[in-house]
Amino acid sequence: MTNAQKNRLIDKGFQVFGIVCTFFGLVILAILIYNILEEGLTRIDWDFMKDLPSRRPQKAGIYTAVMGTVWILVMTTLIAFPLGVGAGIYLEEYGKKTKLASLLEINIANLAGVPSIIYGLLGLEIFVRIFKLGGSLLAGSLTLSLLILPIIIVATRESLKAVPSSIKDASMALGASKWQTIWNQTLPASIGGVLTGVILAISRAIGETAPLIVVGALAYVPFAPSSPMDEFTVMPIQIFNWVSRPQHGFAVNAAAAIIVLLLITFIMNGIAVYFRNKWQKKVKW
Amino acid sequence: MNKKTKIILGAAIVFGLASCGGNVEEKTNDENALSGDIKIDGSSTVYPITEAIAEEFRTIAPDVKVTVGVSGTGGGFKKFARNETAISDASRPIKDKEKLACEENGINYIELEVAYDGLAVLVNPGNDWVDHLTIEELKKIWEPAAQGVVMKWSQIRDGFPDEEIHLFGPGVASGTYDYFTKAINGEEGASRGDYTASEDDNVLVQGISTDKYGLGFFGLAYYEENQDKLKLIGVDGGEGVVTPTEATVADGTYKPLSRPIFIYVNDKAAAKEEVVEFVNFYLELVPEIAQEVGYIALPSTEYAKQREKFKAFLPTK
Repeated sequence: MTNAQKNRLIDKGFQVFGIVCTFFGLVILAILIYNILEEGLTRIDWDFMKDLPSRRPQKAGIYTAVMGTVWILVMTTLIAFPLGVGAGIYLEEYGKKTKLASLLEINIANLAGVPSIIYGLLGLEIFVRIFKLGGSLLAGSLTLSLLILPIIIVATRESLKAVPSSIKDASMALGASKWQTIWNQTLPASIGGVLTGVILAISRAIGETAPLIVVGALAYVPFAPSSPMDEFTVMPIQIFNWVSRPQHGFAVNAAAAIIVLLLITFIMNGIAVYFRNKWQKKVKW
Repeated sequence: MNKKTKIILGAAIVFGLASCGGNVEEKTNDENALSGDIKIDGSSTVYPITEAIAEEFRTIAPDVKVTVGVSGTGGGFKKFARNETAISDASRPIKDKEKLACEENGINYIELEVAYDGLAVLVNPGNDWVDHLTIEELKKIWEPAAQGVVMKWSQIRDGFPDEEIHLFGPGVASGTYDYFTKAINGEEGASRGDYTASEDDNVLVQGISTDKYGLGFFGLAYYEENQDKLKLIGVDGGEGVVTPTEATVADGTYKPLSRPIFIYVNDKAAAKEEVVEFVNFYLELVPEIAQEVGYIALPSTEYAKQREKFKAFLPTK
């Protein structure tokens, strides 16, 4: 076999490997979605969306869980987005490359890998007990914000880094201040990447169960929250609870709730992707 | 500019949300309508009963906000001892350490039995050699010393097949595990570790129903919902073989694997009318509800006793 043939073979082999890798995840996902749709799709109707929790699976609904999830989602975004992006900008644009900076960098990267339950315990001690927020939506959102901050910071920094320095130099050369450069050039150019990071982070946050249970989210909440200090439940907790019940009807409910949760995630992602594309188009180099 | 205002607006909302935290909504106290909050947390075993009661309570007192969490019996007592909950669900009696924590925080409480839960021992329907096990045999299977030693059915009783035994049971954090190990092995939390453990009983059902040589234990409610997939076996506690049924659990003949489950009520909470109403409603309705969600009601005389006990606990007005 000549060298060229060998290389072609390797090339082909790697291509096949890549295809298998791509489809592995997709096929598993497809099987999962098929299973869930088959079991839960018929259960979804308007009543399911607006009913309160119940011991009778046919009467139980996810209204309060959906409302809890929406509250958590909005509040977590409001808290984590400015904090994360702000920290990312500081570290990338203002921070000096000192020992301290690299220490911070390593720590933030490590924080992204800390198990979520640890954040739950942290939130329990700091927000619930010391700040006396109780098992409230605010305590839950703050905890989840902590959880996703590292992801947002890392994503922000990476996308800021990707902006060509010629853009920044040109802006500075024209007499813009650092702030003007960041606000008018760097940020708009990197907003696509930043938003992608935020989307991924938020999607992770709404699937979290463990830290919220630790913080004090409940399983049975018969009213929708009306303020950030209200007690709450969220969809993953409701699903978790239903899956572990003996009656089969609850398994169907769980499947239906999973579909709704998936839909919420897809819609969220869709909105974010829309904004990302819209803003990204404006940037032309 | 536009983006800037958006971000400023966002920040303003965050701070706005944060600052309105302190306000607790004023409760309007109608004379004949109850209102207020009742916070309940604790055992996931008791949860289905409490959830059902809370659901029914909505119809008579729609303005009382009852919330129920599932932190587990131990987690529930932690909150209870910090005065964070009014009622704690428990699948075992309160431990000394937990009693002490309550005392330290000046919390008095009352323990009320609400139902029985039977622990069922189960095998695969294809298992045709076992119809009952004695307590000694169960101990032989589950005791800590059995780990790595008792691996085959034939080691349990002569005549059982020379096949590997596969064990399934609840995880060590559950009250069910605590209870089983105490009843069978004599010491709470002592058992072999080489078995398939899951906090989700449906996983155990799945395991036993697909493994001819499997054996496991969990709450009777899970057997009742999966009768076609599992074979229930009787337990000989020294006075003959007893199969767990509603009757044998309720009259106490299914020994030692039936246990009472409880709610604990905080005395400060019991000073509030809505909590008193709720507990009374609980004791009144629970015989019916317990059956419905898969547990076994106490004898009716026992409920009368619990009601008396609760009445005596209330501060006299």
